[in-house]
Amino acid sequence: MPVLAIKLAYRNLVGAGLRTWLNVSVLSFAFVVIIFHNGLIDGWNQQARRDTIAWEYGFGHLLNKAYDPYDPFSLQDGHGILQTKMRQRLIPVLIQQGTLYPGGRMVPVLLKGIETDQEILKLPTKLFLKTDADIPALIGKRMARALKLKKGDRVLLRWRDKNATFDAANITIIGIFNNNVPTVDNGQIWIPIEKLWEMTGLSGHATLFIATNDYVHVPIPGWHFKDHDTLLAVLDNMIAMKKVGGSIIYFLLLALALLAIFDTQVLSVFRRQREIGTYIALGMTRLQVVALFSMEGAMNSLLATLVGSLYGIPLLFYFAKIGIGMPATADDMGISIAERIFPVYGAGLILGTIALVVISATIVSFLPAKKIAKMDPADALKGKIQ
Amino acid sequence: MAGTAFGQSNFPDAEDIMNKVDANLTSDSRVFNSKMIVHGTRSSRTIESKSYARGNNDSFTKYLSPSREKGNKMLKLGNRLWIYSRTTDRIIKISGHMLRQSVAGSDLSYEDMMEVREITQIYTAKVVGESILDNRKTWVMDLKAKVKDVAYEHCKVWIDQERFIPLREELYAKSGQLLKKTVFSHVIRIQDRWFPMQVNFKDMLKKGKGTDFVITQIEFNPEIPDYIFSKASLRK
Repeated sequence: MPVLAIKLAYRNLVGAGLRTWLNVSVLSFAFVVIIFHNGLIDGWNQQARRDTIAWEYGFGHLLNKAYDPYDPFSLQDGHGILQTKMRQRLIPVLIQQGTLYPGGRMVPVLLKGIETDQEILKLPTKLFLKTDADIPALIGKRMARALKLKKGDRVLLRWRDKNATFDAANITIIGIFNNNVPTVDNGQIWIPIEKLWEMTGLSGHATLFIATNDYVHVPIPGWHFKDHDTLLAVLDNMIAMKKVGGSIIYFLLLALALLAIFDTQVLSVFRRQREIGTYIALGMTRLQVVALFSMEGAMNSLLATLVGSLYGIPLLFYFAKIGIGMPATADDMGISIAERIFPVYGAGLILGTIALVVISATIVSFLPAKKIAKMDPADALKGKIQ
Repeated sequence: MAGTAFGQSNFPDAEDIMNKVDANLTSDSRVFNSKMIVHGTRSSRTIESKSYARGNNDSFTKYLSPSREKGNKMLKLGNRLWIYSRTTDRIIKISGHMLRQSVAGSDLSYEDMMEVREITQIYTAKVVGESILDNRKTWVMDLKAKVKDVAYEHCKVWIDQERFIPLREELYAKSGQLLKKTVFSHVIRIQDRWFPMQVNFKDMLKKGKGTDFVITQIEFNPEIPDYIFSKASLRK
């Protein structure tokens, strides 16, 4: 019987001609768009996680308890000294506030002191070893663009020492690093930590430590450790939010296709009553007839998957290869986003999307078809409108 | 302005000068109306206020205009500071890092108004020369911090030799970089003392003309009821 149902369903579908192909094309478009959009978001997610770990998080952060990354006021007291034996496999970072005066403008900045020979982050801190500038500084491409600074520029910086006494001196921009992580770039100046210790009098102090790959955390009073899951939670939430936002469009598309299938099914059940009666007269149970009609609807989704694959596979493969260029404004969102995002289509995404399309198409096909179960077969055979 | 080299012994005692300056500038109480003109890069804003002060420690300021600021109040009692925002009907205590914020976008920070210690408690003053400033003979005084918790490690002040009023003040960073300049002008005689009715505060690292503080009316040693210097008066 299932083979017969599939054969009949296929014949009826193809027989419906243009109506079927319209349903199939809209459904296949929704299918391709769902995979493309989710692939794009997954690609972005993977790139953002990879870059944020490489540029900012390392293998986790050990933060001073008084420091809250979301509260700049906590920078004043949020630092401390960690005993040497506890500092194994940790890179210290001291963060202080300062004010930069490029061309007479006043720009608040975060001064971040980092070890010159660190290798855990991609920041080009080795450049500090090749300069004889009094206060060498590294800035990101966004900061350079915003302040119109270039390599070799000297700009006046004002800061306060540990007693809140003002000091000011010129810093030299020794390098501008290209990166996809605004949180190590916007409004930030990286300088050697030894220099920042000397400038502020906070010798040996750190606001946070970046863990290296072989760091094993043991609780340290006054400090708390944040692993990748905790640190990346904000990024994950933002990306999940984007996913939900984007899903509205493809759910609309899907709804449109499903509505078309539903309409077709309602019409079929209404117009093909004599056929339904004949099936029952020939010995099919009501359930089998319902299954046949549901199969017809569900077959729309299978055809859509097939058609979608025909044009979707080369198209999606092409985008995965060349990536999607992101507009310059996307950079200002404050989260890691590369200039080109390469979509990633996992097996889970593809199978999940097929399941979503097939199940939803089957459900909307079943709803009108279940009316058949209530039909009187004799009346149906006579073609009486029920 | 031209500096003149004198032997150190010819200069008067710095503390005497500071005492005379204090006698002009300080009073047991005062009530004044003022305008703060904040010069921006494109336009200027004027904020008018009425202030009550008791000694150097306590003050109460009520903003009169523009309409955006009207009704806002500020109360300083010793080293504690509160502001009242009319629009939100909230009293906020300004402390810690918030003290470093600018007052109404001016070149003044809350912290600049918060110093309650006498200058002689913070700085070692020395007369280092004399010069002519705005056709007035002045003593040039050098002030070096003698305590660690001070915003500016080094200051230079030009004191009018006859009227004992500061005419200019320069505030320096530890590195010697000039950070802020204050210019006192419109010095007039009121109630047996000399007093500058206009002060210009200028962040020297920033472009622009700084912030003018103009006193339009002032009365020294009036009776001010105690309730003015209480948190309750912020909501009145």
